[in-house]
Amino acid sequence: MEAILTAVIPVLIIGVLCAGMLVIASKLMAVKEDERFPKVRECLPGANCGACGYAGCDGYAKALVTDDSVPANLCIPGGADVARQLSETLGVEFADVEKKTAVVHCLGNCDATEDMVEYKGMESCAAAKMIFGGKGKCGFGCIGLGDCAKACPEQAICINKGIAIVNPPECIGCGVCVKTCPNSLISLHGATSTTVVSCSNRDKGAVTRKACANGCIGCKKCEKTCQYDAIKVTNNLAVIDYDKCVSCGECAKVCMAGCIRIYKL
Amino acid sequence: MTKLIIILLSAVFINNYVLSRFLGICPFLGVSKKLDSATGMSLAVIFVMMISTAVTYPIQMYLLIPNHLEYLQTIVFILVIAALVQLVEITLKRFIPSLHKSLGVYLPLITTNCAVLGVTILNIDEGYTFLEAMVNSLGSGLGFFLAMVMFSGVRSKLEGADIPKSFKGLPITLIAASITSLSFMGFGGVIENLFA
Repeated sequence: MEAILTAVIPVLIIGVLCAGMLVIASKLMAVKEDERFPKVRECLPGANCGACGYAGCDGYAKALVTDDSVPANLCIPGGADVARQLSETLGVEFADVEKKTAVVHCLGNCDATEDMVEYKGMESCAAAKMIFGGKGKCGFGCIGLGDCAKACPEQAICINKGIAIVNPPECIGCGVCVKTCPNSLISLHGATSTTVVSCSNRDKGAVTRKACANGCIGCKKCEKTCQYDAIKVTNNLAVIDYDKCVSCGECAKVCMAGCIRIYKL
Repeated sequence: MTKLIIILLSAVFINNYVLSRFLGICPFLGVSKKLDSATGMSLAVIFVMMISTAVTYPIQMYLLIPNHLEYLQTIVFILVIAALVQLVEITLKRFIPSLHKSLGVYLPLITTNCAVLGVTILNIDEGYTFLEAMVNSLGSGLGFFLAMVMFSGVRSKLEGADIPKSFKGLPITLIAASITSLSFMGFGGVIENLFA
């Protein structure tokens, strides 16, 4: 009996001491967690796509509960439903989500341009980019091996005539393709930015012309036509400032190469 | 001083906890997929090994041995280490959130990991002094770090390799681990003879 007690009592004392220490510590050093956080997190879809600009759904939920100035309509894949749930949970006014769609800034399909090399390597734009800087004549354009199509969670991108084409009704605007494209050709556009320069070639006009029939040659015609000072040619490529653009479509009419397009988004 | 260096180096290379003593295999296989998580885990292990030794050594010397309770060593050590790691985690969460973020997720994983318990018990069995025990824990932690970082490198190579279908995943990982372990056997006898 005594032998058992001499064994049990020290262990018991140590155990109770440890437990007491932990209880005191957890009370003293408790970190307050906003009780809204799990609710807010519940509303979000949990795809962790990063379209909101935060590190995953947890990051966005945390930003929402800690900072009142963070808008509740940043979750693009979730759309209006999630925005409404979030605004109810947080007690803020509901604002609709601007639906965004991915647009590929390249029109260099097989009618307009051709391959520089016969590429027989790995079926990946990133791999082709690493070896030859792309297989086509234009080093800036769509490589067409479909990294974006493989990355797209909704299968909204297909490769047609050697370039990536986004099917707007299928696109949820998550922006995964934007991060995937090794040539950074894809960006997200909404209802206020439907006029898009569909070329990314920053070579001089003559060089661009030789490489691709649909390339922006930097002729500045659009720049002169625009009444709102919204389009500028920088580095031989037209760039639209969407804060000024009103989507009147005048630039698209005068574009020599036909690379300014108005998309139905 | 020479003895401390021998203890440190043999803990890192010859008696490497993962590759020679086969302790702590669970985190070694589980968390070694990516380099950054492997580093985080190893840093947590180094940290926990050091503080566990610092706490369990006095308990053994001043509580268990005088009362002839050496047979309670395992259970008391587990109890103390588990409580201690929990305490450290709570403290980190409160005072150093950034460190908690990078280290904290691994801390509960290794509360009563056999490598940690193994270090504390082997320190006693080897009859080390307190300083030697601390150096041995540091070396063991560093050895774990070395094994983890090396093996995460091996695994990232495995990912791109063309492996027969039946070997994909865990089988090839285990084979790679055994070869890495074999290569560490080559250190046997090196350190002692360096200082002989």
